[in-house]
Amino acid sequence: MRELTYNEAAVEAIAEEMRRDPKIFYMSTDALPPLLKEFGPTRIRATPITEAALTGMGIGAAGSGFRPIVDWRQVTFSFVAMDQIVNQAAKIHYMFGGQVTFPILFRASVGGGGKVAAQHSQSPYSMFMNVAGLKMFLPSTPYDMKGLIKTAIRDNNPVISFESGRLMARKGQVPEEDYTIPLGLADVKRQGSDVTVVALAWLVHEAMAAAETLAAEGISVEVVDPRTLVPLDTATIRESVRKTGRLVIADEAGPTAGFSAEIAALATEDAATFARLKAPVKRVCALQVPIPYSPVLEDAVFPDRGRIVAGVREVLQGRGHAAAA
Amino acid sequence: MTSLSPNLPPDKQREMLRQMLTIRRFEERASDDYRAGKIYGVVHCYIGEEAVAVGVCTALDPRDRIISTHRGHGHCIAKGADLNRMMAELYGRQTGYCKGKGGSMHIADFGIGMLGANGIVAGGIAIVTGAGLAAQMEGKGGVAVSFFGDGASNAGPFHECLNIAATWKLPMLYVCENNMYAAQTAAAATHALGDVAGRAAGYGIPGVVVDGNDAFAVYQAANTAVARARAGDGPTLIECKTYRWRGHTERAGQPDPRERAEVEAWQRKDPITLLERQLREQGELDDAGLRAMEGEIIGALEAAVAFAEASPFPLPEQATNDVFAA
Repeated sequence: MRELTYNEAAVEAIAEEMRRDPKIFYMSTDALPPLLKEFGPTRIRATPITEAALTGMGIGAAGSGFRPIVDWRQVTFSFVAMDQIVNQAAKIHYMFGGQVTFPILFRASVGGGGKVAAQHSQSPYSMFMNVAGLKMFLPSTPYDMKGLIKTAIRDNNPVISFESGRLMARKGQVPEEDYTIPLGLADVKRQGSDVTVVALAWLVHEAMAAAETLAAEGISVEVVDPRTLVPLDTATIRESVRKTGRLVIADEAGPTAGFSAEIAALATEDAATFARLKAPVKRVCALQVPIPYSPVLEDAVFPDRGRIVAGVREVLQGRGHAAAA
Repeated sequence: MTSLSPNLPPDKQREMLRQMLTIRRFEERASDDYRAGKIYGVVHCYIGEEAVAVGVCTALDPRDRIISTHRGHGHCIAKGADLNRMMAELYGRQTGYCKGKGGSMHIADFGIGMLGANGIVAGGIAIVTGAGLAAQMEGKGGVAVSFFGDGASNAGPFHECLNIAATWKLPMLYVCENNMYAAQTAAAATHALGDVAGRAAGYGIPGVVVDGNDAFAVYQAANTAVARARAGDGPTLIECKTYRWRGHTERAGQPDPRERAEVEAWQRKDPITLLERQLREQGELDDAGLRAMEGEIIGALEAAVAFAEASPFPLPEQATNDVFAA
């Protein structure tokens, strides 16, 4: 099968959908050259650097029958549009009694690793998860990216595509034929029986590497990639934890009120899952700090395969005991 | 000073008066029912500013789209919203425009091009600019109108949207209802220019100041701006100088720093009295005609209240409906 990068998969998905539906148009502060070449400046619009206006205009165009794509580029830039995202896009369908739909795809790169410091490195998806009325996903592979973006463009709600900056150039297999991936469907990236690791985006790959390392020691790790954050595939995650009895959550964001906290809660508040837990839930997260610039500091902040390995070992402590009991 | 009679047939001119009277009587009733505990939360009255919504919307077609503010009843009525569904929404009933999810500050009717009242100051400006972009891309000559107050003209989205609308020549009217106060704070304390319209120069678009209590003057300014927008020549900023007779909201005990004499002076410039006089001077209205119009409006409002009172409240389980569309 041919390979595309994570970023190429996103662009290909958008181009295919734009060919299919003339109501789709794209706004970002710089036009993406391949899309501009094919679709021209009316549908691929380079805008002033006005994220609040772009976001609001996306809402108004969606409510007027179009299907806009609004590219915030970096998620930190979306913060200047927070009124439009939180008060308007998320609430407008509900607040007006569901009388019209607002199909909008928002795009934003997230994560760290670029040595670009705090205002260009963040993984704030849990802030958005906390707002009712927004769907969102964060893919880990080019295959998932393409399938999820296509689904999101066809969805009749505001959907945020969070895209890992670390993975943009990473290649993966993407079939030529048309396919979609439903929102709200997790993917078990590796089967295992001793510990469940739930991870997103770049940390899926780190978790896979950790699983390889641990397999050499006879420890069987299952890696679950939720892919979609809202709606979240609670059933798949609980099913995996019920099978393994141990849960490690890896997140490029800090732990406070985060995605990792949500996963821990959904595992522990469910009686059937809780009953199977053999160890406390372990979160392997970034430090709760703004992301620093210096490589030494940045590397100290983020979790990686080594910390995931350590987290897995921690939940396996006393394994013999639990097994005996 | 009053404007010249516009080039509008007499029945259209009387329709303007009927809409303005409907807004006023609707809000008087809403205010009474709010005080009586039948309407909840908060109600912002438009009384005194009716000529702006009606003057502008008279220049529009059904294909045109508008957006409103927290003070939105007037824009809804001027764009043709159904009084029954409006009143039912204020009463928090299932039959309301938003199924009881929005209330006074969030009435919308996308079917008639009313993209909603909006509770965040300046929150609607970008949304309706997107409707203007949609109209431009549709290429059918539609325009979009942003109503907002003098307070919103100090917020970022106003400036961002004027810039992008001017640059892209979007078919937009930006209609500033300058009632001289942002909630309780006087406009003079919040911006240095005397006229909000003066800001248009910074974006290279026309900025017009108009007597916002003169429905004909507002109509004429809007008509010129609509023609410009439909011709593809871009947006216009229209500043309507007007005044709100009542406090910022109908909630009791709120501070109102305005001098009584100032309020009374503006009440003597009542936009409804002015339009009545203009119509009488042209021989288009007499006492009997006015009485009949008032009677019809009161009848329609009584029917709207009866509809609202007879309508069921939403069921508690409906709180989880419509978070997402299918």
